[in-house]
Amino acid sequence: MNLQDTDFELFAVPATFAQDRAVLDARWKELQREAHPDRFAAQGASAQRVAMQWSVRINEAYQRLKNPIRRASYLCELNGSPIEAENNTAMPGDFLVQQMEWREALEDVADEAGLDALRDEVDAGRARALSSLDRLIDDKGDYPGAARQVRALMFIERFAEDIDAKAAQWGQ
Amino acid sequence: MPKLRSGDNSAMALLQISEPGQAPDPHQRRIAVGIDLGTTHSLVAAVRSGVAECLPDTEGRVLLPSAVRYVDRERRQIGFDALAARAGDPANTITSAKRLMGRGLADIANRDAMPYRLVDEGGMVKVQTVAGVKSPVEVSAEILATLRFRAEDSFDDEVYGAVITVPAYFDEGQRQATKDAAELAGLNVLRLISEPTAAAIAYGLDNASEGVYAVYDLGGGTFDISILRLTQGVFEVIATGGDSALGGDDYDHALADLVLAQSGLKVESDTDKAALLAAVRTAKEALSDADSVTFHARLAGAEVRLDLEREQFDAATRPLTDRTIGAVRKALRDAKLKPDALRGIVLVGGATRMPQIREAVAAFFGRPPLTNLNPDEVVALGAAIQANQLAGNAGASDLLLLDVIPLSLGIETMGGLVERIVPRNQTIPTAMAQDFTTYQDGQTALALHVVQGERDLVADCRSLARFELRGIPPMVAGAARIRVTFTVDADGLLSVSAKEQGSGVEAHVTVKPSYGLSDDQIATMLQESFSTAAADMQARALVEARVDADRMLLATQSALDADGDLLEADERAAIASLMAALREARGATEAATVEAATKALADGTEAFAAQRMNQGIARALSGRKVESL
Repeated sequence: MNLQDTDFELFAVPATFAQDRAVLDARWKELQREAHPDRFAAQGASAQRVAMQWSVRINEAYQRLKNPIRRASYLCELNGSPIEAENNTAMPGDFLVQQMEWREALEDVADEAGLDALRDEVDAGRARALSSLDRLIDDKGDYPGAARQVRALMFIERFAEDIDAKAAQWGQ
Repeated sequence: MPKLRSGDNSAMALLQISEPGQAPDPHQRRIAVGIDLGTTHSLVAAVRSGVAECLPDTEGRVLLPSAVRYVDRERRQIGFDALAARAGDPANTITSAKRLMGRGLADIANRDAMPYRLVDEGGMVKVQTVAGVKSPVEVSAEILATLRFRAEDSFDDEVYGAVITVPAYFDEGQRQATKDAAELAGLNVLRLISEPTAAAIAYGLDNASEGVYAVYDLGGGTFDISILRLTQGVFEVIATGGDSALGGDDYDHALADLVLAQSGLKVESDTDKAALLAAVRTAKEALSDADSVTFHARLAGAEVRLDLEREQFDAATRPLTDRTIGAVRKALRDAKLKPDALRGIVLVGGATRMPQIREAVAAFFGRPPLTNLNPDEVVALGAAIQANQLAGNAGASDLLLLDVIPLSLGIETMGGLVERIVPRNQTIPTAMAQDFTTYQDGQTALALHVVQGERDLVADCRSLARFELRGIPPMVAGAARIRVTFTVDADGLLSVSAKEQGSGVEAHVTVKPSYGLSDDQIATMLQESFSTAAADMQARALVEARVDADRMLLATQSALDADGDLLEADERAAIASLMAALREARGATEAATVEAATKALADGTEAFAAQRMNQGIARALSGRKVESL
């Protein structure tokens, strides 16, 4: 076990998209039990510093593993297909049409019922995209394809925030 | 400054000296205390014979009013004595100093109602007293030192270290100010932990309960809500929220306004303001048990009598109570939980004795809150349990706190916008990085402005620190890759570093918030030393340095005995000579000499210790794998 291990190695779980959240949660706590700075509080500043590096690393891995989008990005990156969302906007073709329709729908939505309907549709889109990630990564090993799907999911997340922002404006 | 892309932080080397959680000498019991530094009251607690208890003063009282009266340039009164003298000398009696910690003048709500003079010298607000201008850090240090002496008298021994509680919602500046005050009071801070988390420890261990809990903590001047998950001794904070300027004091002020409105009185002098506040506090406490009370006070030379109904008080304070429930709702949203998902709700803080609070909490959660521990003591008790464990005392409970930062941290980017680097409710310790670039050709310096808060505009967030990265080699705009890393330690304190990746140029700051004290200011205050004479401090420093030296020698020896075979002969010889040098230096009369030799040994064994810790952790983890996965 060392700090350069991948998140999957650190957590002793298979390097797959499918993960058991309960296992991740339990493993996170076990690792922190061994490495948290509180374990070394009586041992001076340098021990604190070192324990902190471990503890930070464990938290970083946990945050990445438990979030499906970040986990998928990480798997794509480890397998040579980095997301690079700032420079690369390649997404699945049908999604481009979908996102334009959603954007227009958000502009035109006139009442809370309409907003709720749009939110349901986006949630369903998210579920579809996540299950296709499962297939692309774990079944086919198609990382470039998965990277395009991750970019679509990143758009969905931002769009869901825009819906929430509009709801907040309306005082929902 | 434009953002490049998010990056992950790199890993570094590490070290371990002795086995996790174990003091080098198991027979030596360390006195470790928990201190609840409250707005109106403070307490100190410790674990004795396996049980956490609050330590009383010589008269058997566990609460110490957080009041300091400066009698003249030399003398001061602290606690009950200060409170007793307050009505006669309100201008020199500082209460609620916690509200001023790490705050500028403009941040202070209700400042007109404070019966002492606030001074704005830029930075943290101060108080004008007969003993000169006093910072709230110094006032708090007086209280902490008083509690430290109380503990030392109780045990007839030095305090090894303390866990000090802060409101979960305290920001960087307020946390740093608290740590500074502890340092000024001669306390070794083992950890700052948040008040609701401390309360959860006291409750969780008592009730041995698993599940998700909400801790509603309304203190004298601060309000916190924390949502925690308890599993097998792990206290995981899921979300936290609150208002660091809302507390029982505000209920006092609301009741005072009600009294003034009903009686048509005007209160002008500081003496009358203090008398009015004391009288409303009495009435408020009486209203917790009775539906109506008669308020009486001597104000402006006249006797005032007034009947007060609890309903009136409830109505007058409804907006305050609603604000707390609003924060509860937001924290639950952050935790992605519904009110009925909780196993229980714990009430903490003296102000939660007010019936309107209990009713509002019960109504929101649809069930009555837990109140079986004394709401005044529960925070100090939890802190004491954690302190005992952190000190590495044998037989300490095996609990683990995984706390979060309450407010997002970020930096200013172009157009006065905030780029968030560490989001709120992130488990600490944490390190997160973001890459930025230059926006002008040939730009060789980059100004970084560190802010805290949830808003998108820098102007709406709290400014924490500014620093510059200089010496960037001239490049075309956008070519530099500057990685900014935020590291938040287990105390919730932030340090920030920036590094240009191509050239390796680096800059680093430990964030001393704009409203904090500089190291020089702390050194000056320590020299002017109030509660502890300077010579006393030096003697203490020397004793501590020698204890550290002994501990380091012992730990190194046991590490060599256990894993010396990991080392080459020359590495072993180098460590032996550092040990010899430390044994020699141990006899010196200057603490700095001893400390330097201890540090040299620590540095010289760092690589060895890193190997051991890696081995230790790897072994510990693989040992656990079978049972857990």
